[in-house]
Amino acid sequence: MRVPTLREVGTEARLLLIGIPVLIWTLIPIYHMFLFAISPKQDAFAGKLWPDHPTLNNFRIVFNQQHYFLRDFWAQFLNSVVIAVAVGALTLVIATSAAFAISRLRVRGGRTVMNMALFTYFIPAAFLAVPMYRTMGNYGLLNNHWSLILAMVTIASPYAIWVLKQASDKLPLELDEAAIMDGATPLQLFRMVYVPLMLPSLVAIGTYALLLAWNEYLYAFLLLSKDTEITLPVALGNFLAADDSPWELLMTTGFIYALPPAAVYYAFRRYMVGGLTAGAVKS
Amino acid sequence: MVYSMATITYPAPADTLPRRPWSARLTTPQVWGVVMIAPYLLVFAAFVVYPIGYGLWLARHPASYVALYNDPVFARAVVNTLIFLIIGINVKMLIALFLSGFFVQSRTWIRWLSVLFILPWAVPSIPTILSVRFMFNPEWGVINNLIFKFTGEDGPNWLNDPAIGLTLAIMVHIWKSLPFWTLILMTGRLAISTDMFEAADVDGASWWQKFRFITWPSMQTLYLTCTLLSMIWTLGDFNSVYLLTGGGPADLTHVLSTLGIRYLRLDQLDMSMASIVCAMPLVLPLVYFMMKRLSR
Repeated sequence: MRVPTLREVGTEARLLLIGIPVLIWTLIPIYHMFLFAISPKQDAFAGKLWPDHPTLNNFRIVFNQQHYFLRDFWAQFLNSVVIAVAVGALTLVIATSAAFAISRLRVRGGRTVMNMALFTYFIPAAFLAVPMYRTMGNYGLLNNHWSLILAMVTIASPYAIWVLKQASDKLPLELDEAAIMDGATPLQLFRMVYVPLMLPSLVAIGTYALLLAWNEYLYAFLLLSKDTEITLPVALGNFLAADDSPWELLMTTGFIYALPPAAVYYAFRRYMVGGLTAGAVKS
Repeated sequence: MVYSMATITYPAPADTLPRRPWSARLTTPQVWGVVMIAPYLLVFAAFVVYPIGYGLWLARHPASYVALYNDPVFARAVVNTLIFLIIGINVKMLIALFLSGFFVQSRTWIRWLSVLFILPWAVPSIPTILSVRFMFNPEWGVINNLIFKFTGEDGPNWLNDPAIGLTLAIMVHIWKSLPFWTLILMTGRLAISTDMFEAADVDGASWWQKFRFITWPSMQTLYLTCTLLSMIWTLGDFNSVYLLTGGGPADLTHVLSTLGIRYLRLDQLDMSMASIVCAMPLVLPLVYFMMKRLSR
């Protein structure tokens, strides 16, 4: 084995000196949450790096809804799933057809629509929340899942349209021309040429909208309030209302809630990092 | 806005174009285009145009702005927002710039570290922010437990101090968004041709010279764009403040994005809308700049 030179050892040491603090900084809040989730109640507060008696009991309590705060855990989990899937699907339909109309059919005014969508994308959602809350009240949709679904579709679709338009601008125009020569109607062009070619981008955008809805807290807590209607993040926030809230159960629920998006994120990491994020600051 | 859109999207009526019947202008692709773009226009009209118009209408009374101006919570929130922006963004972007240089090093362990490093960005913010909140709980939190164990004294009441509370909120914000910006700046670094660095090595350039004359010039536009986009997103960061401190103690840690919700909860809807309108001079120039960037 080759003996490393002093200089190489120095470089490696300096890299470790950066890497170790970065690792600790990144993991502390997540590890703290995990530690609570696997600790019995009395161990959780001892400030140990590993509990004396690690247990999965907290997960059992959460899954069996055996606590006052967790009465509606499965209902809330289901609400989160249904809303996220609905937002993903609806955003895909709306954004794909809009991107197709703007990029391939060159609909008149398409550029203006694109600019309006971009404007919506850049206005922080937190500033639209109160007007949106009042609007949903006026439409009579408060405490109805549709209010959150429609609000999240509104927030997700501008970026979705923009990314899909960028992607479809890259498809060669000759494809459309050939299809039209063969007598394809715009709808057939959309179904048989456009959607199959755009599939990777569609998967990425669907995932983006799904995660956005699953992770949303502010809109969910404004628009939904009944215990059986709220989503998981709102339920987590409600834990805080009481002084005697069971931390270990809250952290367990939080851990369960955080797992699906993390799994999806890592599964689609290639798309998420390369395709989506780079688009945000392109040019 | 939507009405003017309609006149652009739909073909002009026949009487304004005497020479061509309107049916000739209404080609099949255009009709389909209008049909396919209509769902988004409906969403935009119902959930963007209407709420904004309604919000502006609710915020129309000058009295609301006078009341807002006289409310010390508002003044404090403006100051907090500026602190949050100036410190939070610069610290975050400088660390991201530095770490992007670290993560482009080709080592197996650094590649593994970068996979873990994305975690804060990949997991939802609610459970992790609550986890941080528990760590800093004065009585049962792990931080004060450790302080007591090692010094025998009680630790500070962290989140009950507005300065510490705001600092921790900024740190939570950085913790959450640092991976994203590091990744973006990494793509910028990786786009630089390695030839230049090899040439610089031959010339015996120092680490700083390489950064100053090769890396920075090719990354400064990206860095500026990232900083501005990050400003918009930081202005809209509701979770980091609201879930960590709830705006407390005594409403001293509010920022502009949480203020609207505070007034809403106090049933002062006009104040809520007015506070949002007051944030627009900060938001709109950034939005305008980003739109120019992207539609180039």
